[in-house]
Amino acid sequence: MWSLLQIELFKISKRPRTYIAFAAIAAIVLIFQFAFKADGISYVNLMLQGAGDTFELDKSKAINGYFMCYIILNTLLIQIPILVALVAGDAISGEANMGTLRLILTKPVSRTKLIGIKFIASVMYTIVLLIFMAMMALFLSMAIFGVDDLLIFRVKGDESQILQIAQIDVMWRYVAAFGYAAVALTVIAALALLLSVFADNSIGPIIATVCIVIACTIVSNINVPIIDKNIKPWLFTSYLVGWKGFFYIAVDADNVPIPGSMENWGAIRNSLGILLAHIGLFFGAAVFFFRNKDILS
Amino acid sequence: MAAMLEVNGLSKYFGQFQAVNNISFTVNKGDVYGFLGQNGAGKSTTLRMLLNLIKPTEGKILLNGTLIKEGSNFLLQQTGAIIERPDLYKYLTAYQNLYIFAKMSGIKTSKSVLMQQLQMVGLADRYNSKVKDFSQGMKQRLGIAIALVHQPQLIILDEPTNGLDPQGIADMRSLILQLSNEMGKTVIVSSHLLSEIEVIANRMIIIHKGKKIVEGKVSELLDPANTLVECNTTNNEVSKQFLLHTKWGNSVQLLQDKIRLTMNKDEVPALVSMLTNEGIQILSVQPWHSLEDYFLSLTNHQQHVEPFTN
Repeated sequence: MWSLLQIELFKISKRPRTYIAFAAIAAIVLIFQFAFKADGISYVNLMLQGAGDTFELDKSKAINGYFMCYIILNTLLIQIPILVALVAGDAISGEANMGTLRLILTKPVSRTKLIGIKFIASVMYTIVLLIFMAMMALFLSMAIFGVDDLLIFRVKGDESQILQIAQIDVMWRYVAAFGYAAVALTVIAALALLLSVFADNSIGPIIATVCIVIACTIVSNINVPIIDKNIKPWLFTSYLVGWKGFFYIAVDADNVPIPGSMENWGAIRNSLGILLAHIGLFFGAAVFFFRNKDILS
Repeated sequence: MAAMLEVNGLSKYFGQFQAVNNISFTVNKGDVYGFLGQNGAGKSTTLRMLLNLIKPTEGKILLNGTLIKEGSNFLLQQTGAIIERPDLYKYLTAYQNLYIFAKMSGIKTSKSVLMQQLQMVGLADRYNSKVKDFSQGMKQRLGIAIALVHQPQLIILDEPTNGLDPQGIADMRSLILQLSNEMGKTVIVSSHLLSEIEVIANRMIIIHKGKKIVEGKVSELLDPANTLVECNTTNNEVSKQFLLHTKWGNSVQLLQDKIRLTMNKDEVPALVSMLTNEGIQILSVQPWHSLEDYFLSLTNHQQHVEPFTN
């Protein structure tokens, strides 16, 4: 099992498309960091307009490494599924396209094990991508901008909120948020892998994955009661940004943030459960269809 | 000779289309077994079913007397194969490709063993070259090394000379014979060229439109003494009963609209005389001078044919 995984990771590491995602993340993060280094105060002023004068803070300290990471995650974690699909969507279909799938399957390795290895490799790729993102967005930002309390601008219902989290209370939230993001992106990897089983070229499953994510995201953002109640709870895209829940700190009766707390841990737990169910569903379907697939390529 | 591979009643439907129709055959240990049929005859589908790439709709496969169950790797553990063409990882070197497939085969190996495999197929000096720079012949030879990497007893090669230049074809034939004669492997090799099968195989099967036409020893099937004769008379049933009592009686078959029998081609006029003397009116007599003629007729005319036994 381990040697098969090593082989899979070796193959992924040798393919140029693997590095597209890393290059894209590096470029976007660096642009963000450059822009905020040059004129981050304007962004903070814009955000504070909604909060009026009720919140007093040192704006120069608002832009720090933690804040930068939050802004970058908020933007990038919507786009990362495309990058994950680039590799996971290619897992089976890429082999079929190259013609290597039939050669692999003439070797005495079970199909279940093979697709399991492909899935694990895709998940590992996703995790490495997130670690790289953490290095760039969090640690590099901390080095460039320093650290301080984290300010979160949040729209809740009809009102804007500013949440302040003490710097000592931030790092664990990022660890948890990246962990949550790994689970959310694993859903995308499992979906792309499932679609990959049906295709004999890489482009189809990658585009199909992206289209499904976009379509479901649009539905997840339609605020119509019937959709809110009956459809959104079952769409994985409704939970892709659930990582933010780790930063929604609970406050006491005097509106003072409670260190180490979260506003709604139950919702996060529920989201994780639904995401894991989607992973099981997509991966289980991928195994079923792959085991029964006639290899005609 | 002991049977290594027995295939009984193998069929495959793709929707309503029947690609393989109730094919049975036996490959003995040490055979170079030719699998002959024109393009689209069902050769690749049959070979893919042997390798579990395609699920048979029905039929049984036995390897060394053991029934192969669905999803079992038993056959694959003892089989090396190249289906159509050996598509490899073009961005990796010959050695890396061989190493990957050795690992996938679940064997412990070493660089020296893998280099020996490359040496055997004449690629040792190119072990560090990327496959994208290889000719089709080199890829085919690397494919053979990959098929052999786990020391299988049965080798399945689907159209191994396709796309090769004359020298590549000669090298491949020589390699197949080396596998059989020097290494004691059992080889199944498919082709749409009878001339190809004739020079490398000792036994063969011909399939056409998914059905088995004939199976037997190549030397016997291509013997002029075994001319296949098909005749159509005004009453084929009566003709059959008459012919059953002649010296060709053992080979007589009544098909849908004709009778088929095997004889020396010099005996065809005698057959015509005998039927005429018996008062049977002959509508047509078609002697196939050799199996090659017969096979070419399938290729050229796409006619409906019935299987025959030899």
